[in-house]
Amino acid sequence: MNATALSLPIILPEFILAFGILVLILLGALRGERSVWLVTEGAVALLGVALVVLLVGDRPEGVTFYGAFTDDAFARFMKALALIGSLATLLLSIDFMRSHKIGGFEFPVLLLLGTLGMMMLISATDFIALYLGLELMSLALYVVAAYRRDDLRSSEAGIKYFVLGALSSGMLLYGISLMYGYSGTISFAGVAASLKGPSPLGVVFGLVFVLAGLAFKISAVPFHMWTPDVYQGAPTPVTTFFATGPKMAAMAVLVRVTLTAFPGVAGEWRQIVTFIAIASMALGSFAAIGQTSIKRLMAYSSIGHMGFALVGLAAGTVEGAHGVVVYMAIYLVMTLGSFAAILSMRRDGVYVENISDLAGLARTNAPMAFFFAAMMFSMAGIPPLAGFFAKFYVFAAAMKADLYGLAVIGVLLSAIGAYYYLRIVKIMYFDEPAKAFDPQGAATRVILALSTALLIFYALAPAPLTNAAMAAAKSLF
Amino acid sequence: MSGSWILSGLLILPLVGAGCVYLLRGDDEATKNNARWIALWTTLITFGLSLVAWARFNPAVPGFQLVEQRDWFSHSILYKLGVDGISMPFVLLTTLLMPLAIAASWTAIQKRVKEYMIAFLILETLMIGVFVALDLLLFYLFFEGVLIPMFIIIGVWGGKRRVYSAFKFFLYTLAGSLLMLLGIMTMYWTAGTTDIEALLRTAFAPGTQKWLWLAFFASFAVKMPMWPVHTWLPDAHVEAPTAGSVILAGVLLKMGGYGFLRFSLPMFPDASHYFAPLMFALSIIAIIYTSLVALAQENMKKLIAYSSVAHMGFVTMGLFAVNTQGVQGAVYQMVSHGLVSGALFLCVGVVYDRMHTFEIAAYGGLVNRMPRYAVAFMVFTLANIGLPGTSGFIGEFLTLIGAFQAVPWVALFAATGLILSAPYALYLYRRVIFGVLDKPSLMNIRDLNGREIATLTPLLLLTLYYGVHPQPIIDASAASIDALVQGVNHAIATTKTAGL
Repeated sequence: MNATALSLPIILPEFILAFGILVLILLGALRGERSVWLVTEGAVALLGVALVVLLVGDRPEGVTFYGAFTDDAFARFMKALALIGSLATLLLSIDFMRSHKIGGFEFPVLLLLGTLGMMMLISATDFIALYLGLELMSLALYVVAAYRRDDLRSSEAGIKYFVLGALSSGMLLYGISLMYGYSGTISFAGVAASLKGPSPLGVVFGLVFVLAGLAFKISAVPFHMWTPDVYQGAPTPVTTFFATGPKMAAMAVLVRVTLTAFPGVAGEWRQIVTFIAIASMALGSFAAIGQTSIKRLMAYSSIGHMGFALVGLAAGTVEGAHGVVVYMAIYLVMTLGSFAAILSMRRDGVYVENISDLAGLARTNAPMAFFFAAMMFSMAGIPPLAGFFAKFYVFAAAMKADLYGLAVIGVLLSAIGAYYYLRIVKIMYFDEPAKAFDPQGAATRVILALSTALLIFYALAPAPLTNAAMAAAKSLF
Repeated sequence: MSGSWILSGLLILPLVGAGCVYLLRGDDEATKNNARWIALWTTLITFGLSLVAWARFNPAVPGFQLVEQRDWFSHSILYKLGVDGISMPFVLLTTLLMPLAIAASWTAIQKRVKEYMIAFLILETLMIGVFVALDLLLFYLFFEGVLIPMFIIIGVWGGKRRVYSAFKFFLYTLAGSLLMLLGIMTMYWTAGTTDIEALLRTAFAPGTQKWLWLAFFASFAVKMPMWPVHTWLPDAHVEAPTAGSVILAGVLLKMGGYGFLRFSLPMFPDASHYFAPLMFALSIIAIIYTSLVALAQENMKKLIAYSSVAHMGFVTMGLFAVNTQGVQGAVYQMVSHGLVSGALFLCVGVVYDRMHTFEIAAYGGLVNRMPRYAVAFMVFTLANIGLPGTSGFIGEFLTLIGAFQAVPWVALFAATGLILSAPYALYLYRRVIFGVLDKPSLMNIRDLNGREIATLTPLLLLTLYYGVHPQPIIDASAASIDALVQGVNHAIATTKTAGL
């Protein structure tokens, strides 16, 4: 690999983002609270510019920072997802932050910093870069989880996430140091090369720790304990953020590490990933059934979804990687749409988050009920909605890789999981109406309608997404 | 290719109608009526278009016709539609029952009429899609998609235990179908395509066939429904609104049989041969056991639902006899059952609209007040029993001949079911129609009105017409069925020779 010290075209989106963040911090620091809306708008614009620079134009792919940072089709695809997630989150947050009077200029800046961390994480091709990206992302997340300082549950969420997050970072670092000790290198390619022969036990140990650290970030079982509490405690826009961008980034790096650094011990990590996938799908399906808070339900739902995405990774093939990438893209759309709906659950100016608050929504706000129901059917994986194709790709990959047991368990768990999504549809459509919600804000309405349209019409023109995802998956092999 | 837009048109038309209904604004009586008329005309036009498709369809050709094909996910997962002699009758059955279902809901549905009509029109697209899809993944899309509108229809417009029934219906069928999905994936990786025409030419290894057969069986057996996974059906039927029951019995139950016919038999012939004893056993249990269960029912809709399970037993028995009479009889039985059970649910709906109960005990002596109703109900009851001269007879008779040729003792047991169907159907008829009219609530009950006569007459005429003149259906499907039966038997024979 021809690695240069620094190549500006390769890191251009990250560079623009970093530079913009500094400008916005200065602006916020100098002008104080008056600058909040300027900073927010600046942050939206910045994310938009980064997205355009990332996707448009003819920047060469390549490797820089002496092999620590790679810009390939996979990185671009996942970065685009992360940027879209952050952008939509920011737009969704505006109304909420304003009505709770917690809209400091820090929130957009922290969100941007987290996004920058995600982009570094996605592009990381050595373990130090991976760790730096992960910490940059996580530190921003620790702060925003506790963003409602005067709210007990929000503070609890922040502390819980911080303590457990620090533990997982420690495990990750320990794993990396084992890896370095046994293979003498920190680059993914170097580790892969050192595993050509008989693999030393220490590397496998390191692999387990690295997987544990990353599984924590995607909230896969058994490292999921923080998820329901943090999802519920954090302010809803922050929950949206947790559920979208960081998941994209952590899943991307998990896929990249396992496929590019550990192909030599594929037998070992595929077992681990298979176990994590089954455990996550099972917990996501069963634990969500009894929930009354829609945010907690989304937490378990996201645990389940990560399990389904990992089914593709367990296959360990290019089809599997393709499945994971498609799954994450569709998961992002479903999650953004669902949180747009959750952020529209406002009654007399107060945000409500109980599932029962949705009762009879089909009669008080038919379009919103329809959109939300489409989200739920899609999450349950019912065709012809996009969520079905997400599951189709990962399970097809698993079947091709002869993981019949995993596939059978997975589809049966998805049938069980369908129950709680249906329950929400039932509450919206079959139950007697509760008091109507306040009118939706423009941002939530647009994001909700747009994501529903994407889910419904995906089946009509699936080629663009699947082709881009295939290119992304192939760049890992 | 001429006429290559017709099948897409069949899929798009109901969606256009649904779009028009969606655009209606307001919640007053006029809007409700507009929604009803739009839905009725949409389904009528769709029916007309399906007749055009029938006219262009050449029954002498065994292969797929009116084919249209476009790349969808890739060159191997296609948007491909077409009909052959097996699917054509089902398409017509669907488009015929839909306007009747809409008409049956004219006054029965008073709340959220717009949404109701949208759900039914979307349901029509999905149901037609199941029968015309020539790509396995596309088929699955429609097959599963049907669950969404049906879930909503049962759950929103259903009876008291609608929520329980809607969930049971949805989760039961979903769990079965997901296993089929894994089968579809395996077929895709083995054959490299999901094009049904290509898959019909693919010979799967006998070992693989067994697993695939079981995966598809899981789905179709639930949909059919076969004993012992039939328990969702009585619940769904009892709680669904009348039109929902009509469509459920008339079309949705046929999807399972169609699936066996389209996939299990021709694609996995060796496995079908291997599992035929299982199918016979389950069919016989379904025929005898559910007939006895039907005898004990106190609820009209439940009784008819159980009789549906029994009648579907004849279908599976005929199919797995794998000879021309058996398969032909199965197709005939499905079409006939679609007409007859649909009509029976309409009949039940007629008295339910007046009395708001399905309890048999709440009725009696209706013949004194409702002579026209008594006649219609009698014809359909007799057709349900399989009296010669009605369409029900032809189907059961042919399946029995087919089964007798294959395994005589199967036909012997199944024939007892034929006898058992008479007591429960006639017992129901006696309790509801005859007897003394002594219940005060029934004194002022009105006979069929014009709309109800208009919905029941087409079914009445078809039931009698196809009872004495079965040729149209048999001719339409004969070429395809002959080709299918020959293909299956050839494949079984080849494997046997190879095994020797």
